[in-house]
Amino acid sequence: MSGKSNKKLHIICLIAFVVLLCAAIWLLGKVLEPKYMTGVLEGAMTREYYDEQNAHDVIFVGDCEVYENFSPVTMWEEKGITSYIRGSAQQLIWQSYYLLEEAFERDSPKIVVYNVQSMKYDTPQSEAYNRMTIDGMPLSRHKLDAIKASMTEDEDMISYLIPFLRYHSRWSELTAEDFEYAFRRDPVTIAGYLMRADVEPMTKLPTAPVLDDYTIGDTCWEYLDKMQKLCDANGATLVLIKSPSLWPHWYDEWDEQISSYADKHGLDYINLLNVSDEIGIDMQTDTYDAGLHLNIYGAEKLSRYFADILADKYGVPDRRVDEAIAADWEAKSDAYYELLAAQKAELKEYGYLKSWTLGDEK
Amino acid sequence: MLFTSYGFIAFLAVLFALYYVIPKRFQWLLLLAADIVFYACAGWKGLCFMAATVVVSWAATNLMGTSLRAQKAFLSSPEGKVLERPERKAYKKQCEKRRKLIFVLALIADLGILAALKYTNFLINNVNAIFSADIASVDWVLPLGISFYTFQTVSYVIDVYWEKVEPERNILRVALFTSFFPLLIQGPISRFGDLRDTLFAEHKADFKQISFGLQRILWGYFKKLVIADRLLVAVTALCGDPEAYTGAYVFIGAVLYAAELYADFTGGIDITIGIAQVLGISVKENFIRPYFSRNIAEYWRRWHISMGTWFKDYIFYPLSVAPWLLKLSKSARKKISDGFGRKLSVYVSTIVTWFLTGLWHGAAWNFVVWGLLNAFFILLAEEFKPVSQRFRAKHEKLVSGFGYRAFETLRTFLLMCSLRVLDCYRDVTVSFRAIGTVFTDFNWREAFSGTLLQLGLTGADYIIAFCGVIVMFAVSCVQEKRGSVREALWEKPVLSYAVFFILAVAVLTLGAYGVGYDASQFIYNQF
Amino acid sequence: MDEILEILDGLGLDADFENCTTLVDDGILESLDIVTIIAELSDAFDITIPARDIVPENFNSAEAMLSMVNCLLDE
Repeated sequence: MSGKSNKKLHIICLIAFVVLLCAAIWLLGKVLEPKYMTGVLEGAMTREYYDEQNAHDVIFVGDCEVYENFSPVTMWEEKGITSYIRGSAQQLIWQSYYLLEEAFERDSPKIVVYNVQSMKYDTPQSEAYNRMTIDGMPLSRHKLDAIKASMTEDEDMISYLIPFLRYHSRWSELTAEDFEYAFRRDPVTIAGYLMRADVEPMTKLPTAPVLDDYTIGDTCWEYLDKMQKLCDANGATLVLIKSPSLWPHWYDEWDEQISSYADKHGLDYINLLNVSDEIGIDMQTDTYDAGLHLNIYGAEKLSRYFADILADKYGVPDRRVDEAIAADWEAKSDAYYELLAAQKAELKEYGYLKSWTLGDEK
Repeated sequence: MLFTSYGFIAFLAVLFALYYVIPKRFQWLLLLAADIVFYACAGWKGLCFMAATVVVSWAATNLMGTSLRAQKAFLSSPEGKVLERPERKAYKKQCEKRRKLIFVLALIADLGILAALKYTNFLINNVNAIFSADIASVDWVLPLGISFYTFQTVSYVIDVYWEKVEPERNILRVALFTSFFPLLIQGPISRFGDLRDTLFAEHKADFKQISFGLQRILWGYFKKLVIADRLLVAVTALCGDPEAYTGAYVFIGAVLYAAELYADFTGGIDITIGIAQVLGISVKENFIRPYFSRNIAEYWRRWHISMGTWFKDYIFYPLSVAPWLLKLSKSARKKISDGFGRKLSVYVSTIVTWFLTGLWHGAAWNFVVWGLLNAFFILLAEEFKPVSQRFRAKHEKLVSGFGYRAFETLRTFLLMCSLRVLDCYRDVTVSFRAIGTVFTDFNWREAFSGTLLQLGLTGADYIIAFCGVIVMFAVSCVQEKRGSVREALWEKPVLSYAVFFILAVAVLTLGAYGVGYDASQFIYNQF
Repeated sequence: MDEILEILDGLGLDADFENCTTLVDDGILESLDIVTIIAELSDAFDITIPARDIVPENFNSAEAMLSMVNCLLDE
């Protein structure tokens, strides 16, 4: 072989090498990234929002206290409200902010509901929760900003952009699920609501530990400011709520700071803990984990109560007259009851939710 | 900046690109700038110590150079030429004396920094132990790679003093030679005479050289990330609990450590030499498949070569021709016996050299004992040389057979493994006790009944590490028999890129990096 | 020259000192042997071989050793 043609072949091979390596990294990333289709479903929630066909009048942002406690289908049935919950596990306020920033680009909510529970965290908390919230976002300025704000000390930007670098060591724990869902996902929520139909009554409320410092951090206030400005700029109203979950404890000191902030900035702050009895929540039947999160029965009660507020106080319109939208929600509603039936069937068969939890939690 | 961090990869990518874009006469200055960035990442304090070393060695070598030039100029001037031979000699002596003074001062300064920063605590601990004193330890910085760059600088100062190389006048070049970042972490400890012509030269981009460099870097990462960092988990667990892991575990630990250390150290050197190769700079090899050695002396000519030759050239030889030692050996020949006196200087030099080699590896007694044991076995082999020669002459057929070679190689390997136990446990008593249990505590069955899977590695991890070792071994065999593997592959581009594609995917998938792994530092980092 | 060969042969090493010119490069002489040779040469010719002269080129052959010795005797 002559030197020249050898060099040509080298260059062709080099190009092929680079292309194939990039392809391999992409493909392996798809296979190796966690799918969250069984067990821990929370990781699959962020990406589901992008499949939504129609706009929403109300968007919820926040942690488990929104996605476990509010049911958009119930609010639709009650008042014809179109809503979506952009919630995720331990969603921190900057994550809520950037998810909202992104949502405003494709959606046009009139009301934005933020659950203030996450105001207690002023710094990045956990890599795993960061991943579950952020990995589902498509690449955008919002995603980059969210990563920058969320990274814990040992994390790096590059492994968010190339998930393979983060998940490469999962090769030893791959299951059939990883291959089945390499390029698609099944929905795990209904309009962002993660259903749980099981019941675990609250027995005894743990005593709230005394904290060194009850001051809410500056970063949180900064993002709350930004969130309000973002809503203003997009003609939406920001509503602050505290979900009626009893645990983790919501301290009066926090409540006072949020209240005075809301007063000062002309925001509404609704602490639903104070109206639990009015809503009719019974922690013997309406929670699936002894008071941390509401189950579907609690969520439906809360959603009916909150739908009234949204319709009466904020004038969120009834969309049931719009046929296209109604059809969409009809489908959501069907899925909702189907899922409920399936969960009930499992509860009957196993005594616990086998397919929707990590297993024998009880 | 660790070799295995994303930051380092990005740093390399930027450096490589800039290096071939800027005018070639600035290339070496870019390298110097890269060194400063690299070193500053490890802390500015270290940078100050290194700068001090650079200034001292630059000043000393140039003073010596000026003195030598002046001497030569005078002797060849009309004024000098008329001098008689004894006068010339006296003049020369006088000049040499001045140079010696500069030389000694420079050595004291360079080695003083190293000694003070690295060995003060060792000294304090020993003083405390001997005199039951209670002197507090000091908390001084240990600049990154100080043992390596100090040795490199010292070799330069000595070479100038010995008139083997010309002193470099440009201090920035001396700075680049001292701080060249790939060599900083774990060597090779390179000589000024070897690097001068390649480090400061202008390099134009050469497709083959750059490809070879990148291939070698990749190979280094394979050894480091797939094999070494994986095995490190098991080795650390085994050595961390010498009470529980005795007998067979000590043996397994020593063998795993041999694989781990080799993969880690040679992997790091592959990355080092690969980086230099991409930059067009040729660096001398530091390993020539040491585990194939048939005796301990050969092993030390093939393992960490740059360190071995450093100690040989700058400690062993000078010591063995030191006038006091020669005198001592002469009088021993007369007073005790001819044979003993003849051997005396060799013995003393060997023992001192290995004592210092041990100390260089770490400021602790386990390293010292390790060094002295090496000396012991080397001298033992020397003593038995006549016996072994007779045996070889008598059984020529047996000795030249494969079986005997394999026996010798395995013997050397196991001997080195046992000595390295001192490095594993970092404690002399614990190490000897552990070695002892290999012969007293026969728990092989227990060791292979699943305990090895409780050390932090899964069965799959062991299989991967094992396959990695096999690949390493196969490559070594080919290199030993046929030479460069990359060179052979170069003729078959499709095969070559296919091989490196597999290697790249293996490193990226099976490598121990990213969140969830402790970024285990290269073992030789702090030595 | 004969004197040097005599010394070298007296070391009991397995090497062809008369013809070989790569004694060090080929690893026939190890550092321990070189030190022994130096001691012998210093003794026989009453010279001091300085450390700077201990380089492979000076020990690769008997001839090289001879020229080194002559050089040192000259000084």
